[in-house]
Amino acid sequence: MSTSVFLAILVTSLATFSSRFLGAISSQGIKETSKLFKWFNCLAYSTLAALIARTIIFPVGVLSDASYLSRVTVVLFCLLIFFISKRNFVYPTVISAIMMAVLSNYF
Amino acid sequence: MINKEFFFKGFKSILAPDSPALALGCCFIAIGALLKNLGFNIQESIFSTMLTYALPGSLVMAESLLVGASLLNIFLAVWFVNARLYPMAVSLFPLMMHKSQPKWKYYFSCHFIAVSAWLIMKSNYKSIDKKHRIDFWIGIGCATWTTAVIGTFIGFYASDYLDKNMMMGLAILNPIYFLCMMVGAMKTIQITTAVILGLILGPIFYFLSPEWSILLGGLVGGTIAYFIGELNVN
Repeated sequence: MSTSVFLAILVTSLATFSSRFLGAISSQGIKETSKLFKWFNCLAYSTLAALIARTIIFPVGVLSDASYLSRVTVVLFCLLIFFISKRNFVYPTVISAIMMAVLSNYF
Repeated sequence: MINKEFFFKGFKSILAPDSPALALGCCFIAIGALLKNLGFNIQESIFSTMLTYALPGSLVMAESLLVGASLLNIFLAVWFVNARLYPMAVSLFPLMMHKSQPKWKYYFSCHFIAVSAWLIMKSNYKSIDKKHRIDFWIGIGCATWTTAVIGTFIGFYASDYLDKNMMMGLAILNPIYFLCMMVGAMKTIQITTAVILGLILGPIFYFLSPEWSILLGGLVGGTIAYFIGELNVN
């Protein structure tokens, strides 16, 4: 195992674990009925939503090679499928992969 | 020790028809293939998923290595994108705290904090007695973590057979799945506002600062959503 890759993995895991561990430590005195808990709950949902939007609109990795139009088309169509299928998670997820693979051929 | 009944109940939740196993597994297949293309060997790829277990962080590490970033740059870039795990932990662990449970379970299981496991726990915790929620959570975490490792393994060896279009298909699975789960979780005015504002503000803040966009979008959107919810209750 080369040193640079090994160190990069260690640094990545340290940066990730620190947020998790600090969260576990600082949540010790927080009650689930408190206002602070409700605020953190809102922060968590909002941060996740921001991450999802960023992943789709400003992606990194292989998805950045797909056109903006194809990504938006897949998202809107899959949300439509989600509501039509009475909030089933599986159909839109499977369809998104097939649709993205096909659309990236043409757009 | 860990209560086996609740551990396996949590572990089996990954087999539910609407579980994130499929989306999670497929995304880590993409990660496995990406790491191989970057020059990682199988041990490094598996080691990376086991220790990091966070998709955006792994992607950022891969991108940073590709452009030859320093270790400090990698640390900061990953920290920025994974700092979301802090509010996720704070909004989850109070639901599982019980005085009869040892502290090590909480410190050990914080490694399992990730979107998929977090969303499963959030939608199931009410059906589990508070005393056993931590064992249930460890079961969910072990199941999703195992899925991620298996996905990486498959992706590493299947990378020669995956073309670019298929990789794109695999990469879009996770955001679509999480988007549907978030929309499905919009049951109160606070959560609904938090999700909508996060979706809008995240990309807007990207123009101000790509590194801070997720944290700023979450902080501003979540705080506004909290006050709107409080005003509505009052």
